[in-house]
Amino acid sequence: MTRDDIKDVVLEIIEDINDEEDLSKIDGDKALRDQIELDSMDFLDIVMELRKRFQIQIPEEDYGNFETLNKSVNYLEPLLADK
Amino acid sequence: MPISKLTNLKSTYDSVIIGSGLGGLTCANMLARQGHKVLLLEHHFQLGGLATWFTRPNGHIFDVSLHGFPYGMIKSCRRYWNKEIKNRIVQLKGIRFVNPQYQLESTFTREHFTELLENHFKIPRKNIDGFFETIFNMNYYEDNTQTTGELFEKYFPNRNDVHRFLLEPITYANGSTLEDLALTYGIVFSNFMSKGVYTFQGGTDKMIALMAEEIQRNGGTICTNTKVDKIEIENKKVQGVSVTYKNQQIFIPAKSVVSNAGLVNTIFDLTDKEHFKQDWICQAKKIRVNSSSSQVYFGIKKGESFPFLGDLVFTSKAETFTTDELFDFNTTSQTFSIYYPECRADNSKYENHYAVVSSLNARYEDWVNLSKDDYAIAKENLIKRASSDLEKFIPGIVEKSDWIEAATPKTFKRYTLHRGGSSFGTKFEGLEYSRNLHKQVAGLFHVGSVGIIMSGWLGAMNYGAIVCNDADAYLRK
Repeated sequence: MTRDDIKDVVLEIIEDINDEEDLSKIDGDKALRDQIELDSMDFLDIVMELRKRFQIQIPEEDYGNFETLNKSVNYLEPLLADK
Repeated sequence: MPISKLTNLKSTYDSVIIGSGLGGLTCANMLARQGHKVLLLEHHFQLGGLATWFTRPNGHIFDVSLHGFPYGMIKSCRRYWNKEIKNRIVQLKGIRFVNPQYQLESTFTREHFTELLENHFKIPRKNIDGFFETIFNMNYYEDNTQTTGELFEKYFPNRNDVHRFLLEPITYANGSTLEDLALTYGIVFSNFMSKGVYTFQGGTDKMIALMAEEIQRNGGTICTNTKVDKIEIENKKVQGVSVTYKNQQIFIPAKSVVSNAGLVNTIFDLTDKEHFKQDWICQAKKIRVNSSSSQVYFGIKKGESFPFLGDLVFTSKAETFTTDELFDFNTTSQTFSIYYPECRADNSKYENHYAVVSSLNARYEDWVNLSKDDYAIAKENLIKRASSDLEKFIPGIVEKSDWIEAATPKTFKRYTLHRGGSSFGTKFEGLEYSRNLHKQVAGLFHVGSVGIIMSGWLGAMNYGAIVCNDADAYLRK
């Protein structure tokens, strides 16, 4: 998957969790939690959905990599390279 | 509610869930939704665990724990259940406190608490802001030994009335006391008291029925009247469960087992201890179960009614607030949950039904050793105390009622099987053991009220989602 594909997937998952906010204005370098309503339970849902779709395991200590959209893409890029 | 027969089971399951409290139900639903083959087993004839209700002659229905839950339930019900369940969550507006120190009403929002602390209790603004800032920034992984009592003394020194105002509702919600860790208080308070108190339109019975439907829609199988005797383990790995069904022993193979039985029951009663590391099991013996409860139920005669007096009324005759008084066998502190016809407005069976449930904190030890006669007398006394206190709010309450009965810690024990009849899981240390159970036995998970912060309807439901993530990761390895 390309970086753009990965970004689309992450946004799609977030949209499913939070369908009440406009995600097009998200700044990739700013913390997601500061821009839209996402709590720690929502990050759990993101991880679970990624596991279901791509069979990738993300350990709890790595959850911090999902702080911003760009950080998420950086983290997922090697994991999803051949998906 | 279509319940499966244990004799019509599939040969093996991805996950067997033991117990159908809100943690077990939520975990079962989410695992089923993830595509796993799920079997939910419940020993009682009814689902819900402590999220329960019961019916009585003369058309009565009583909710046991539908007192009120936090705003976060709306989002959790939407995410982990469905829109129909979410749309039935409505706000409760009438929450009152009546005790010798103050008589107040609150909407249970941070703004209103701030206003009352400033204008009624005359607390300087900088203390109020400092207090809220501290508790809203608490994280459960922080290593802090400060107790809730110490936290209160820091911001509101020598103000027992303020301590009572801030803690009493939480004690009824999860059994926590001034002596528990401040961070458990902080996490629960910031969840519970920041955006109001909510209830479920249609009552507990409707909620649980909708949840059972959703699990089945997602392909999960549910069996009631099925008590699990043992979690079967070989070579540190879960193999399934053994159950007794109609006097027959049946082994059900499963790749993973999620126990929604009490944590202490799970470790010491359902599992052979040879499967755990010795030092781990030694430490686990120190897990303290939380306190229990007593309740008194008043069913109002058909045709009788009373005017709105609030939804939740926290009452006490105690001059000051202490843990000992609150948990005393003869405590004068109780909370009235008042149910009006609106609660089940769309259920014609309970048209114009009024009920009141009084809840008291209680210690199992105080009740378990009473003789049959003393137990009956103590139950009568509970009813007398609740009736005379309720009389002040609803004159003629006893005459208006045609059903009054009491439940004690022994009742809670009978229906939940929890050690010590615990109504709020374990104290803080239980969380670590619950979270780490699968590191002792591969494929064995625990979900349910633990550590105070994972307690209550919202805590249990969210914990169900967290444990689903653990079990799902294990199953997809």
